[in-house]
Amino acid sequence: MSVKAQEAPPRGKVPVQAVGTPGPPPPAKRVTRKGALPYLLLLPALAMTAVFLGYPLVTNGMLSFQNLNMTQLIQHVTEWNGVTNYTDTLSSETFWRVTLRSVIFTAVNVVVIIVVGTLIGLLLARLGSKMRLLLLVGLVLAWAMPIIAATTVYQWLFAQRFGVVNWVLAELGFDSMADYNWTGTQLSTFFVISLMIVWTSVPFVAINLYAATTTISRELYEAAALDGAGAWESFKSVTFPFLKPFLMVATFLEVIWIFKAFPHVFAINEGGPDRLTETLPVYAFVEGVGNQHYGTGAAISVLTILILLALMSYYLRLVLRQENADDADGSEQSKGGRA
Amino acid sequence: MPRSLLGRIWPNATALVLFVAFIFPVYWMFNTAFKPNGQIISETPVWFPSSPTLEHFRTAVSAENFWTLVRNSVTVTVLAVGFSLLVALFASFALARMRFKGRKGIILVFMIAQMAPWEVMVIAIYMIVRDAEMLNSLVPLTLFYTVMVLPLTIITLRGYVAAVPKDLEESAMVDGCTRFQAFRRVIFPLLAPGLMATSLFGVITAWNEFPMVLILNKDAEAQTLPLWLSKFQTAFGDDWGATMAAASLFAIPILLLFLYLQRKAVAGLTSGAVKG
Repeated sequence: MSVKAQEAPPRGKVPVQAVGTPGPPPPAKRVTRKGALPYLLLLPALAMTAVFLGYPLVTNGMLSFQNLNMTQLIQHVTEWNGVTNYTDTLSSETFWRVTLRSVIFTAVNVVVIIVVGTLIGLLLARLGSKMRLLLLVGLVLAWAMPIIAATTVYQWLFAQRFGVVNWVLAELGFDSMADYNWTGTQLSTFFVISLMIVWTSVPFVAINLYAATTTISRELYEAAALDGAGAWESFKSVTFPFLKPFLMVATFLEVIWIFKAFPHVFAINEGGPDRLTETLPVYAFVEGVGNQHYGTGAAISVLTILILLALMSYYLRLVLRQENADDADGSEQSKGGRA
Repeated sequence: MPRSLLGRIWPNATALVLFVAFIFPVYWMFNTAFKPNGQIISETPVWFPSSPTLEHFRTAVSAENFWTLVRNSVTVTVLAVGFSLLVALFASFALARMRFKGRKGIILVFMIAQMAPWEVMVIAIYMIVRDAEMLNSLVPLTLFYTVMVLPLTIITLRGYVAAVPKDLEESAMVDGCTRFQAFRRVIFPLLAPGLMATSLFGVITAWNEFPMVLILNKDAEAQTLPLWLSKFQTAFGDDWGATMAAASLFAIPILLLFLYLQRKAVAGLTSGAVKG
């Protein structure tokens, strides 16, 4: 420590950085290296993000102002057509119907995920250690299941013939369900998709929420009990305030993830029947790639990104507040795996 | 006390029901994969296969290009996660250990990048890759997957780097290590568990990626496993045994990795969440 003090020129609150290399390199070079080091370390990451994320985003924006269909694609020509793609999209009834559908789809799934996830998380906290481990194993396996494996399994579970779900329903007395075609109607297809999304998403909420409850001090509950609080009151006054920050963040993460979910929706029925289960990302894909209106598809995707940005800005404000609260060390709750 | 007996039974009963509900799809995948066809296509489901068979796995493995696709998937996943760990190591070290102008802004950039809507950018990515004449190549996939997992890798690694006590590094330097040596000999070994846990999420993302490979690599030999699996059912008709065997083969590496690493990974990821 003392070495550091005499060797390092005072650089305010950056002791580690000021240490530099112990050997005595030429002083002038040292000063520039010190200032530039963090930027040099960050350069590869920032450059890659700019090239492979920033550039496609810009390209996406430019494509959305072009008349780009199969002809132009093959001939490699650029035909600018101003805001036509946007006016066409925004004045089409389909776009608004798909947007509304996406919003409802997202809202329903998020509400179910957060409510069920919270209940299971609280249940985990109540269980004995053996039972908890058992339930955790089930949750982790569902969480870890790769998406396309999950869509395949759900197609099999809900298969019209020999599907186990139809068999169980028929056994329970719903005879009409014996050969029910789940991907035949909009609502039933959405049911299968949502059930799968809830199944893969609940574990994240439940396990993290359980982890959060373990940090609540027992004394708080004892104090609440002394004050005569019942189970519900102590939940309201002790548990919930502790879990609220996590629940807020989890809710927004789920909103963003589900709003942009693509493989879940696409792989079950490719947006069918009759394109009735297309959410915005699937709609952009089918219009752009499937129907080869690349310009229109790009415009739809720009509009989708704008909606997502609005959702994200709120989430980021939540996270940044937390970041300011504990500036020195940092790790965010993030889901990974599905991001 | 009857009330407390009831109070002890219902959580356990609920937990048991939930366990069955969550595990069932995974169980049914393996169950179907090992059942002979006669038990799959039967009017009443066979809950516990009595004469397990490997026949479906043989069908899946001998499907055209299967091993090429395995190699493709492993290649892009390993390279993308490896690159992103390397790049993220430098970045997270700067973000966790140094104070400099623009630090907050850069963290924000990575947080936004972490939520990038790759799913809706595929049209633009297709155009870029096509104009670079690299369709049906693993190179663009690897590069895009690297950047796809990079932000989360940086953000999580930053937490692990910050958790390594600064004193260790400083005393190593007092003992005559250069900063790089201090990093390599002191910090890196301590970071290893964090690196493993972080890579888990990268592996899952790259292994699962579907929309991009769907549009970029149409050639049968340039695809990856998710694309193949999504079409398996179409290709094999209603051969559910083979489809479930394929799904099992695709899922097993991830399930094992997740079970092995999840405790570590979840602990690392949630340390921020529980701080509230």
